[in-house]
Amino acid sequence: MANTQAMCTSFKGELLTGTHNFGTGVVRASTATDTFKAALYLATATINASTTAYTATGEVSGTGYSAGGVTVTFGTAPSTSGTTAFVTPSASITYSSVTLSTAFDCVLIYNSTQSNKAVSVHTFGSQTVTAGTFTLTMPTNDASTGLIRLA
Amino acid sequence: MMITTTKGDMDESLLQKSVGSTESDKEIISWVEYRLDDELVHRSVHVVLKQNVAADGVAAAIG
Repeated sequence: MANTQAMCTSFKGELLTGTHNFGTGVVRASTATDTFKAALYLATATINASTTAYTATGEVSGTGYSAGGVTVTFGTAPSTSGTTAFVTPSASITYSSVTLSTAFDCVLIYNSTQSNKAVSVHTFGSQTVTAGTFTLTMPTNDASTGLIRLA
Repeated sequence: MMITTTKGDMDESLLQKSVGSTESDKEIISWVEYRLDDELVHRSVHVVLKQNVAADGVAAAIG
């Protein structure tokens, strides 16, 4: 037998379910999944790894779009495979019947249950929508392509 | 088929339709546009994300 230095895979998965707390945490009302939302940002905005929470600055606006965006469905619990923990929304993110005339290229996923704290930023080719639907389809939920991974 | 447009719901036969798509390492983007007399009255976009956001978990050596 031999010992191997590692970040435990179970720990990575438990980070995605709020099990561990090394600092000052938050009091949870229940063990239920938090509510996550997805907001769209203009191509001229500055949303990146330094973003700590949802902001209205730089967010798209237009007919049919509500500030703060739409709710993201995480119907499948975080999982692990190999040494990677991962989680992916279980449904596409859809903005229906919107007109977004100014180019946008970014979606911020954030935790609306926990003071709108930022989770992840995803960019794509710049788009506009006219009296139409904008749909973001998620990648396969696995250790290689899951939307959010701790490898 | 009725299409939602900036001028209200219109029958598709009255509109000029164009579609397109691009693919990169990050995503596949496809769109459909409808025009009425060269005026854009509908544009929908579908983005299929291919790349994810990953963070490395590292346990540092002690000492």
